[in-house]
Amino acid sequence: MTTTLLRASSVSRRFGDVVAVDDVSMHVQAGEVVGLLGANGAGKTTLIRMLLGLLGTSAGTVEVLGGPPDRTRRRRLGYVPQNLGLYRDLTLDENLTFVAGAYGAAKPSVPAELRPYTEVLVGDLPLGAARRVAFVAALCHAPEVLLLDEPTSGVDALSRTRLWDTIRDRSEAGVGVLVTTHYMQEAEQCDRLLLMSNGALVAEGSERDIIADTTAIAVHTDDWARTFAALNAAGAPVVLDGRAVRVADGDPGRLERILATQGIAARLEPVPATIEERMLVLARADPDAAA
Amino acid sequence: MTYGATSARVRFGDRTALDDVTVRLAPGSVTAVVGGDGAGKTTLMRALVREVALDAGTVDTPDKAGLGYLPASSGSWAALTVTQNVDFAAGIFGLAGEPLAARRDELLAAAGLTAAAGRLASQLSGGMRRKLGFCMAMVHRPSLLVLDEPSTGVDPVSRIDLWRLISEAAAGGAAVVMSTTYLDEAERAGHLLVLDGGRALLQGTYDEVRAGFVGTITRDPSAVRPEWSWRRGRERREYWPASDQPADRTVVDPDLEDLVVALSLAATNRDGAAA
Repeated sequence: MTTTLLRASSVSRRFGDVVAVDDVSMHVQAGEVVGLLGANGAGKTTLIRMLLGLLGTSAGTVEVLGGPPDRTRRRRLGYVPQNLGLYRDLTLDENLTFVAGAYGAAKPSVPAELRPYTEVLVGDLPLGAARRVAFVAALCHAPEVLLLDEPTSGVDALSRTRLWDTIRDRSEAGVGVLVTTHYMQEAEQCDRLLLMSNGALVAEGSERDIIADTTAIAVHTDDWARTFAALNAAGAPVVLDGRAVRVADGDPGRLERILATQGIAARLEPVPATIEERMLVLARADPDAAA
Repeated sequence: MTYGATSARVRFGDRTALDDVTVRLAPGSVTAVVGGDGAGKTTLMRALVREVALDAGTVDTPDKAGLGYLPASSGSWAALTVTQNVDFAAGIFGLAGEPLAARRDELLAAAGLTAAAGRLASQLSGGMRRKLGFCMAMVHRPSLLVLDEPSTGVDPVSRIDLWRLISEAAAGGAAVVMSTTYLDEAERAGHLLVLDGGRALLQGTYDEVRAGFVGTITRDPSAVRPEWSWRRGRERREYWPASDQPADRTVVDPDLEDLVVALSLAATNRDGAAA
């Protein structure tokens, strides 16, 4: 039997006239890594703060470990905020002593690769090392649920895979994990993805489910600079892509006509969109969200 | 004219931040410098804009008037409005009056910041703030644009905007060099320099990098040699530098992420063996 560790049922949150989270239902089960995607202002942080019990709901209910997110249940959560939540003017060792003390847990052992840094102030650590410390701190009280806000932002590819080893190691031990991210490379590490836009949950499932039938347009050409300039001047969301250009959202017929009038030879090919392009399409479809 | 650095070495005390790095930056191209914290990305960017002096080697870059620079910090002043920030940066290059107003309008419109022109930089979202920094770096139409992690912490929709602005600068003939921790961006840039511990691990177009890669990468539920493996989703990738993988392994066509992790791992394991 699978256990649901986090559940939001028809949850909304308003701030004055602004609906930050709009009727969202989601859950995270034991042993599952769920990725939460969305642009700035999509409502990810507000949803997480409600799940953590730091913010009340305007409507709907939040359940954490089978009940409301009160102090007893919150003790069983682990949280790594984007800014890491460590004390920059304490050493690595002092940070771990403090966090373990706050949770009444035994002080965690320091992983081998962090041992050279035990007496270094956290503010002086390389970012990759500081992120490892934040993980060690968040895991010291053996939480049953982990909430991670962009856990690998700014970290190199190899360090990123090592942080994901830690995350997967916990999920295989039955911990439920909710991760916010907006990068493809993190999304592919998740079992399931949730996509929020303008406060609402708009897609759910695998990366393929999220992208659905959204396509971008790859424009193959010998003169990328002229092609780019023509499409950019016409207001298309166009970017350089290697030696070709790529349009995130647009009508291929219209793009072809723009290039033809300028006498630019190009071949247009519909290709599956990336997650970012899918989000751009959603943001453009909802002008309020694009602000 | 092609800019760049040749055999550049930078030392801070007894630490070598940049070690014999050579990179060519051609007009109308975007070069992505990839690596994690401490790889030497920021040192290379600062060397290119002559904020740090080289201990050996040379940099070949335009003078101040031809250089645009977005530092890794915000690149704008929190207590000034969007307009004031752009005007201040423009003033440094002697841009004023009608030409300034026209250039400012053009840049802010391209960055989607027109409606935010009167807002303090401190009240912008992270993505808007990076786009403002980009406008300031571009205000004087530099021929070399140096961008230190323009997209870190930027949300996906703003990231596409930022990429459009970067593409626009290159399409207009500027040589653009940008650092990033994200390999999908590096693939998009066309030219790539991967730094690891201050040294160039890989360099070239994706096709060149792929062609120069030696060995095999496999994907399976578990690894034979854990120290040569890394995680992707529920599977483990494993690097076989001598292509001597057992017959039961599943060989993959590696993407840039695989190539970079494999070579970082090889460098780490080599250093470990030497120590």
